[in-house]
Amino acid sequence: MSSDRSQILNGIRRSLQRGELSGAARQAVESRLATPPRGPSVARAQLPQAEKVALFCQWAETLNATVARVGSAEVPGEVTAYLMRNNLPASVAMAPSPLLEGYDWSSQQMLSIRRGRGEGSDQVSVTGAFAGIAETGTVVMASGPDHPVSLNLLPDTHVVVLREADIVGGYEDVWGRLRARYGKDRMPRTVNTITGPSRTGDIEQAMELGAHGPRRMHILVVHE
Amino acid sequence: MESTAHAFKTNVDHALADPNLQDSLAKLKVGFSERRRQAAERLPEFEALRDRARDIKNHTLANLDFYLEEFERKVIGLGGHVHWAPTAADARRIIAELCQSVGARTVAKSKSMVAEEIALNEHLEALGIAPIETDLGEYIIQLRNEPPSHIIAPAVHLTKDQVADTFLEHHSKLGFDKRLTERNDLVAEARYVLRQKFLDADVGLTGANFLVAETGSSMLVTNEGNADLSNTLPKMHIVLASIEKVIPTLEDAAVLLRVLARSATGQESSAYTTLNTGPKRAEDLDGPSQYHVVLLDNGRSGVLGTEMQDILRCIRCGACMNHCPVYGAVGGHAYGWVYPGPMGAVLTPQLVGVEEASNLPNASTFCGRCESVCPVRIPLPKLMRHWREREFEKHLTPRGVRQGLALWSFLARRPALYRGLTSIANRVLALFGRADGRYSALPLAGGWTRFRDFPAPQPGGTFHAQWKGKEGKRKRA
Amino acid sequence: MKLLEQAGCTVEVPPVQVCCGQPAYNSGDRATTRAIASQVIDAFEGYDAVVAPSGSCGGMLSHHYPGLFDDDPAMKARAENLAGRSHELMSFLVDVLGEKKVAAARYDGVATYHDSCSGLRELGVKEQPRRLLDSVQGLSLHEMKTPEVCCGFGGTFCVKYPEISNAMVSEKSADIAATGADTLLAGDLGCLMNMAGKLQREGSAVRVRHVAEVLAGMGDLPAIGEPERG
Repeated sequence: MSSDRSQILNGIRRSLQRGELSGAARQAVESRLATPPRGPSVARAQLPQAEKVALFCQWAETLNATVARVGSAEVPGEVTAYLMRNNLPASVAMAPSPLLEGYDWSSQQMLSIRRGRGEGSDQVSVTGAFAGIAETGTVVMASGPDHPVSLNLLPDTHVVVLREADIVGGYEDVWGRLRARYGKDRMPRTVNTITGPSRTGDIEQAMELGAHGPRRMHILVVHE
Repeated sequence: MESTAHAFKTNVDHALADPNLQDSLAKLKVGFSERRRQAAERLPEFEALRDRARDIKNHTLANLDFYLEEFERKVIGLGGHVHWAPTAADARRIIAELCQSVGARTVAKSKSMVAEEIALNEHLEALGIAPIETDLGEYIIQLRNEPPSHIIAPAVHLTKDQVADTFLEHHSKLGFDKRLTERNDLVAEARYVLRQKFLDADVGLTGANFLVAETGSSMLVTNEGNADLSNTLPKMHIVLASIEKVIPTLEDAAVLLRVLARSATGQESSAYTTLNTGPKRAEDLDGPSQYHVVLLDNGRSGVLGTEMQDILRCIRCGACMNHCPVYGAVGGHAYGWVYPGPMGAVLTPQLVGVEEASNLPNASTFCGRCESVCPVRIPLPKLMRHWREREFEKHLTPRGVRQGLALWSFLARRPALYRGLTSIANRVLALFGRADGRYSALPLAGGWTRFRDFPAPQPGGTFHAQWKGKEGKRKRA
Repeated sequence: MKLLEQAGCTVEVPPVQVCCGQPAYNSGDRATTRAIASQVIDAFEGYDAVVAPSGSCGGMLSHHYPGLFDDDPAMKARAENLAGRSHELMSFLVDVLGEKKVAAARYDGVATYHDSCSGLRELGVKEQPRRLLDSVQGLSLHEMKTPEVCCGFGGTFCVKYPEISNAMVSEKSADIAATGADTLLAGDLGCLMNMAGKLQREGSAVRVRHVAEVLAGMGDLPAIGEPERG
């Protein structure tokens, strides 16, 4: 309700002993919003690309994901092999994305693929990542018609395909890519940044994997 | 949630006599602080990030109206809705009406301390809408009908066996009639039971760690992924957040995220950090078709510009309670309301009244460990002292303390008398206690001697007396 | 005092000096605190350095006095001047005088050192006493698991909330016992009294001393709460 709105905003202004921001003060915050200042730079997010990739893999594995570094031609084969290694069914729900369609899935005759959003009964999903963050081994998923959010969350096992070229240093680099792709202040509905499998420490402060989201996360880091 | 903060001392007695709680607290004191220390050491820029985090929050608070309006503009621009709630009752009404507008029967809830603050669950239940807590810890305490005892680990006071009993009692009607003994089995059973509830829920209700003004996004940090299921599967997503959760930009979020997880659990990063912006887009394959943000004030705007303003920087990481020796002794329930520990000792008097919560800011030794680990450098002891000053002004300070203080200050301002009396007291104490070196009971000091001896003064008289003697000798020499 | 004189300082104790006012300050009684603080500021006018053998008193002078006079620029300036001259004893010996000035003492025993909260977190006293103790002959230092956790004294806290305070000091005493030390040292009188009282009630044989007693070679005097010898 508009009166509730003005009650809160006027209460804030009364406490701050000023009216609505105007003049130079307003220009200062507007310009801060238009060109956001970065925080203190984090050295480990500023490495050369090859070291970023290595750091990404190291953190992802430390934080309970598994990583396979493969060439682009090996992606479909590695997905099948991973499922076999872990005694998982050769059946996946896959994001209908141009990135993933670029790989030759027809080579995997045993693999059954359903494209679309996640269902409660899915055991394994395969999605592409918008980016990877070297600083913490985090994958970034941007929602859209090529990437339903439910695929990141519902299956027990989440297989992520991440191109080396999409691995960046820190969060700030991801924001830059999001702005370049979607516009300065146009975000996709959901951006999930995911670091390893779902976990909880809610019973006796001991970590258990697979609370609500995937119990396993396997990341294919792909070089061209 | 009904406050029992006035019964702090009774709550403390219960807490100290609860062996399960004491076991959990022993683990918490070592675990959380050690993990935080290691995480901070792994990131050389951690202290500089804390400074910046503090500055970002201060800048935002100084321009809070601007950033809230900007946030609102962006949410509306993407087809979302923003609701302004001056009071807890307003927020409850708004959320209930939103649920009723889609005929909701169940609401999947992701842990929200603001929802606890406004007692949302009770309100929805009274209207025939079932709120389902989906964070494992919150789910456990919902089944047990208990309040949270920690803001990020709500069931930290319980043992595995207590959880097993609770699950058996509530899940047997769903066909789970075996009492479990392993943690991973308990987690798996809760996952199975809650999964169906996610799929059936009509509304997903989450809090927000941050609201980003630049993009109109709500940002959520979890480890379980329950918030993400809550904001993806149901057709309506409601975000309930207090007004100080807004921050300017994504760059600011990057700074705050770096200090949040490390301070909270000592993790490099929580498993899920999610930005939600507006409802699902026309071409999206999933996501909620409605996105609502409820902005709660509940007294916060009145804290701005006062000596208490710094508490509005709080990002709810829980580090202050993890490092607090008082919290470590009595746990969260003793504080009697939603927010325990040092941040609760500052915030609770603000939200439920200082008369109700007068004990909380007093139950601190001002050891300063909370301030030393706070990611946004809130001077928590100083803010607790401000509450004590307000209590003193309002004559809420207990009479015994006031009278003792008055007598002492009368003397402290009259040096000769003070020294004379302390010297006599010293000699009297020495006379009776020097033989043993201590007293096991002293008049007027029951609080001290109930649990420990009072050391007798060391020989030689008071410091002043010794100084006088020494000076005298020197002058004679 | 012996330590300071050994290091070449002239030491005086102004006759009008009393308490720093912290009990009133932490009880919310700002008016009384200001009155006491003004008195203390007068008393220490003209001295090069004001040295307190207790971290909490030192912290009060150097961190909290200036904030008491935000509405009185003249007093605030005097309070800031005093704050700049105020030191905790260990920090004064090491950071201002230089540790070499402290003559080596002897103390035969195994000690553990408790970091008092104000000294550690307000004044950064952590390494200084350990460095000084390192030079004491016959002494070895066994650290507690958490030497930096509060002992539960907290001024009026320990009598207002005796049960919580007891839980805290009990944990501290267990931590002390686990080190196997025969002597507990600290640099704050409140903490020392509290821990000494608990250890004695528990029948512990651990002796409790101010760290300055050991540094000054006065370890043959009765410890805090110990009966007179002979």
